[in-house]
Amino acid sequence: MDAALSAFISISFHGIAFAMVLYLVSVGLSVTMGLMGFVNLAHGVFAAAGGYFMTSLMTRYAVPFPLALAAATLAVALLAVPLERYLYRPLYGADELDQVLMTMGLVFMSVAVGKYFWGPLSQPFQPPAALSGQIDLGFRSFPTYRSFLIVSGAVMVTLLWLGLERTRFGAQIRAAVDNRRMAQSVGINTSQLFTLAFALGSGLAALGGGIGAEILAIDPGYALEHLVYFLIVVSVGGLGTIRGPFVAALLLGISDTGFKYLLPEFGAFFIYALTMAVLLWRPRGLFGQA
Amino acid sequence: MTRTGRLTASFMNCAWIAAAVFAAAFGSAGPASAQTEIKIGVISTMSGPDAQPGDQMNKGIDLYYKEHQKDLPSGVKVTLIYRDDTGANPDVAKRLAQELVTRDHVNFLAGVVWSPNAAAIASIATEAKVPFIIMNAAGAAITRLSPYIIRDSFTLWLVSTPIGQWAAKQGWKKGYTAVTDYAPGFDAEGGFTKGFTDGGGTVVDKVRMPFPTDDYSPFIQRIKDSKPDVAFIFVPAGKKATAVMKAWSDLGLKQAGVTLVTTQDVMLDEELPNMGQVPLGIVSSGTYSNAATRAANQVFLNAWRNAYADKAVPDFLSVGGWDGMAAMFDVIKQTNGKFDGDQAMKILSNWKNPDSPRGPISIDPATRDIVENVYIRRVESVNGKLANVEFDTIPNVKDPWKEANPPK
Repeated sequence: MDAALSAFISISFHGIAFAMVLYLVSVGLSVTMGLMGFVNLAHGVFAAAGGYFMTSLMTRYAVPFPLALAAATLAVALLAVPLERYLYRPLYGADELDQVLMTMGLVFMSVAVGKYFWGPLSQPFQPPAALSGQIDLGFRSFPTYRSFLIVSGAVMVTLLWLGLERTRFGAQIRAAVDNRRMAQSVGINTSQLFTLAFALGSGLAALGGGIGAEILAIDPGYALEHLVYFLIVVSVGGLGTIRGPFVAALLLGISDTGFKYLLPEFGAFFIYALTMAVLLWRPRGLFGQA
Repeated sequence: MTRTGRLTASFMNCAWIAAAVFAAAFGSAGPASAQTEIKIGVISTMSGPDAQPGDQMNKGIDLYYKEHQKDLPSGVKVTLIYRDDTGANPDVAKRLAQELVTRDHVNFLAGVVWSPNAAAIASIATEAKVPFIIMNAAGAAITRLSPYIIRDSFTLWLVSTPIGQWAAKQGWKKGYTAVTDYAPGFDAEGGFTKGFTDGGGTVVDKVRMPFPTDDYSPFIQRIKDSKPDVAFIFVPAGKKATAVMKAWSDLGLKQAGVTLVTTQDVMLDEELPNMGQVPLGIVSSGTYSNAATRAANQVFLNAWRNAYADKAVPDFLSVGGWDGMAAMFDVIKQTNGKFDGDQAMKILSNWKNPDSPRGPISIDPATRDIVENVYIRRVESVNGKLANVEFDTIPNVKDPWKEANPPK
């Protein structure tokens, strides 16, 4: 019984920590896909860029972790603005195949660019001393950095939820997701809104890439390798929501960790079965609007 | 003159120049053609996400070529022809080998990072009677696929059996193995288990971890919960190795009294800097560490530094490339560059080098696989940098898998 309880705690803990990284990276994708109807397979590129910027600042210029993370997030969000204007915008009206081809091309370019500038190895990331090692919570000890990930994820989901539900910008986004034409006709500048949402989504991805570098190592193949996870989170969660990807990331993180712990031989198989089951049951995802 | 006209004219000029250059090249090729040219077709991985190990191997090959070209008999010239298999793609590797044999008429096939690729090339080597020098691909059975194969790298059985023996010698009784769920993982698991149980230990539990794993905590947690004395872990080199080490240190297994042992794949010399202080004290088995103090290794390291400065750190792949070249150069030197495939194989199957950067090595004529020392190394800080410092040697190890599974 004791062993079972300890296994349960381990699975939940590691699963939630993994889920937070998935959530931070994917939530931006859910918002931009829901808002613009744009199939952005290159979303992971922004996460990888955030990770690269952060680790470079930390290892080459000895910038402290919180500052490096903030700088990387901001830099990627700013970089996303011209990209949205000049690269993504012309394809908003295009059909999905064109969008997939264009963004897949971006992914392959990012692999080459990452390898050219940073080499083929993964980037070293050392969390600051205060966040490494273990913390003892009395009944058992937990890895500190993963605990930090869980707390950060919880804070971020609260902030995002408040931002979307309680601010004017959030209301505009919700309006545009629900009905873009109507939103335009009541005077919402959707063009500007798209740019802002895209920058926000990309910045969030960069934040997730940076903060999650401990779990999803930053290397040239990042955007391609983890694409499936990001897409599962978004499709299971449903497009255009904050809650959907959160629940989906938890489901994915915990079940992936749990199945790997309990039935390692079947390993990665279960999450795909689970994804299929959810999508058969709710084709638009758990929280997607019909 | 119209614009098109001018363009045509300048194009014609270019053509003339090209023709002149071509003629000059041909002219000078006249006397050189009296030379014997030995062509070595190297199949390696040079692009894609898996290019790193190929690059390490190629650097070793190029370095040997650069350093020892002068030792070739006069009138003999060696040409390296590189082909990119882009990763573990047996079909591509096979096609490249075919082209190298039929179109370029190579005298040797060499290189190959991935075992499936080496297995696919074996039949080409047999048909064409071209010696095939495997410089990395470590699948135990591969050398049996063609009588024209020799291997100068290692097998995972060869590397991981000694670490099992060593662990048993420490008095540890309860072992745990965690390996990636693919062929080399099974070999590593088998090797450690054999070494450990022969020495009196028991493997209490084992886990095979799915290949696409980024977060190893669930597996490491399982190990922690079952409280073994020693855990043997094997995952592919690179970021998976770093991820395992992170999970290992995050979960505090050292503090929980579990010792981690592994192989050189996880404690890769060039990856150590990415792991922070985590690997300090970890014991692994390996055929080569660039921290080795042998004279031959110092010569190798000096040449490496002159060629690549700080841009790369040599590892066992680089030495595999280097030693494979040495074997081929010895064939050329002994025959003055005049040999056929069978003659070359006779020399290669009995090849010895008492003074490789990794110590004495030889090819076992019966299996055409390598016999070499396996070193037990501990990660220590040397001049402020982490290094795999060798502290125990198991001399002249033959592939234990082949000894346990004689050919039928």
